[in-house]
Amino acid sequence: MNFDFSDDQKFLKGEARKFLDANCPTSRVRKVLDDDAQGYDAELWKAVAGQGWLGAAIPEEHGGLGLGHLELCVIAEELGRVVAPIPFASTVYVLAEAVMAAGDAGQKAHYLPKIAAGEIIGCLATSEGPGVVNTANLQASVDGGKLTGTKIPVTDGGIADVALVLAKEGGKPGLFLVDLKGAGVTREPLKTLDPTRDAAKLTFAGAAATRLGGAGEGLDLLEQVLDRAAILLAFEQCGGADRSLEMAKEYALERYAFGRTIASYQAIKHKLADMYVKNELARSNAYYGAWALNTNAPEMPVAASAARIAASEAFWFASKENIQTHGGIGFTWEMDCHLYYRRSRQLSLVAGAPRVWKERLVSHLERRNAAA
Amino acid sequence: MDFNDSPEEAAYRQQVRDWLEANAPKQHVSGSDPEGGDNLVPAKAWQARKAAAGYACITWPKEWGGQGGTPIQNVIFGQEEARYPIPGNPFQIGLGMCVPTVMNFADQATKERFAGPAIRGEEIWCQLFSEPSGGSDVASARTKAVRAPDGSGDWLISGQKVWTTGAQFSDFGIVICRTNPDVPKHKGLTMFWLDMKSPGVEVKPIHQMSGGSGFNEVFFTDVRVKDSQRLGAEGDGWKVSLVTLMNERLAVGGASGMGWAQFMEAARNTPGIDGGAAIKDSALRDKLADWYVQAEGLKHTRNRTMTALSRGQTPGPESSIGKIVSALQMQDLANTALEMLDQYGIINDPELSPQHAGFQNSLMFAPGLRIAGGTDEILKNIIAERVLGLPGDIRVDKDVAFKDMPTGR
Repeated sequence: MNFDFSDDQKFLKGEARKFLDANCPTSRVRKVLDDDAQGYDAELWKAVAGQGWLGAAIPEEHGGLGLGHLELCVIAEELGRVVAPIPFASTVYVLAEAVMAAGDAGQKAHYLPKIAAGEIIGCLATSEGPGVVNTANLQASVDGGKLTGTKIPVTDGGIADVALVLAKEGGKPGLFLVDLKGAGVTREPLKTLDPTRDAAKLTFAGAAATRLGGAGEGLDLLEQVLDRAAILLAFEQCGGADRSLEMAKEYALERYAFGRTIASYQAIKHKLADMYVKNELARSNAYYGAWALNTNAPEMPVAASAARIAASEAFWFASKENIQTHGGIGFTWEMDCHLYYRRSRQLSLVAGAPRVWKERLVSHLERRNAAA
Repeated sequence: MDFNDSPEEAAYRQQVRDWLEANAPKQHVSGSDPEGGDNLVPAKAWQARKAAAGYACITWPKEWGGQGGTPIQNVIFGQEEARYPIPGNPFQIGLGMCVPTVMNFADQATKERFAGPAIRGEEIWCQLFSEPSGGSDVASARTKAVRAPDGSGDWLISGQKVWTTGAQFSDFGIVICRTNPDVPKHKGLTMFWLDMKSPGVEVKPIHQMSGGSGFNEVFFTDVRVKDSQRLGAEGDGWKVSLVTLMNERLAVGGASGMGWAQFMEAARNTPGIDGGAAIKDSALRDKLADWYVQAEGLKHTRNRTMTALSRGQTPGPESSIGKIVSALQMQDLANTALEMLDQYGIINDPELSPQHAGFQNSLMFAPGLRIAGGTDEILKNIIAERVLGLPGDIRVDKDVAFKDMPTGR
């Protein structure tokens, strides 16, 4: 049994933590939070590119480090821990993974080296309005290589260079790569629950679009893309959930009420124990996802769903109960608790809500059960 | 990261498989009592066979009669053994908790007398800790041991223990007693081993709310034990008991057979709200997803623990979450299954109820699982204090002589 990260991977994790402790304290996150004009921390983004993290899982022939996905998982956890205000997920978990999974030779040669070098930012544009997007309600369409339609919200849409867009072509859903710097693209910034991450409404009026993968395979491909992203996002969520628990613990040990630290009351101890249990369940599910991602296992849809559901639940619980543990001070803008509360919502919704993933998980289990 | 054995583990697994294929029973002999009370004969035979081949106490040191093996070898043997219809194991508490305590604290002659028969399954042990006045609070034990008035140095034990697993068929037991009521509770306890057939020992089965009787009350009336049966120094019983309890949460934790897969199976065959199968009800699908994710989380947490063992490391504290999650899930899953069955859910009849009334059985057993081997609340305290490093509870009885402690019912 070898169900853990290797010493080398743990070393990388430790180095990533040191780097982010030095380069991404919450004071840096707050600069993006407090400045509407700043969609991300460009300086941190450059520094992260300098570390090689953007290309950690990209093959060397395409300018990456050629490490595996397990290395990407440990980096993701550390980024989640510091609520990093950078478009790492959109660019690496979505765009790079999608191009590696379904891109042709030309697309790989064009995009991957630029991603690895930190020269382009990606984004995923699927949602068009409230509720779940599906074949029936999907409006965006591509005709003769030109995309028309509206996508809202698009995380990192305001700062991205390239969008991966879900749109119909010949009546069937497909995934398309769109250069957002080209003609026919309008961006409008959006107010969101997590201003430390950029979001925009994108309107396409005849923007040039290139299909990724086969015609009409859009939904299948999107599922693959989301599975891979969900596993990496789960590590970010685990990082955020663990940090929330730490914050709650540190505060509870310092804060006195009725003559003793609040950490000595069972109401607080049991709350923190509940956080710990959820965080460990999330971590174990994320590990299984990491294994599936790294080996491209057929279990990936089920593993990704379980990882996403467990991590979403853990981060939500830890972030909200961290505020509760802090009491009044936790409700202030100055305390960092809300950064995690906000990010927990951002991460839970960005790749589809947990309830959608629960439905997907049970559907897969039903199929597996019927096949057995 | 993978789920593969190391070469050494693979070789050991193969050796175990070969042995089991040649020696393990191929069909259930008898008995369905999970406590093993109704299948002692086949259980003892299987234990003797394992002992003869060196598989009974794999991790015990050789001087105790074990194999000096690694924890991962023990896990591998358990995994492979579980593939066969082996009889229930009434030796777990003795070999996991009681006999190791004896081996740590008894004199050489006693160790030599007991180790072999215990390993071979010839003698069964029980653990006499919980009392009517103290379950979670073991250190408040009232069962007392006093020196016999005849000056022999012997002790006379009087009082009552409760929830003693397997007492009805045990040959020996270890018992924690109050020997000094004038000092604070943790300091006045002493541990003894005793013969369960001693005069003055009376075992009465407890009729559980679930209908079964896997546990017992044990009454002591002036039960005479020799001073040589004392384990550890007089007044050191609490320290001795910590050695015993160290292994308890590993030993208790049997999950029921009713998990998400059984629920899904039942839901496919039960009419739901809109006339289709219940598996299509979104509220039930939501729950199914949660249970699956929890079960997978526990499974892979065990895999992480095994990995640590496999690497020769001490497992992290994550292994402490198992029972707290599985016991609560058992209760929730059973109750949701009953709701799915609607009016029919009230029927508790293996002939009529889906899954041979497994959900109803789970519902009635789950309250016990949430209490046994550390209540949900005590386990949360343990996580908070030992894993997260939060302060212990304020103890109002810490510096009070036992006899002056406030007591309720």
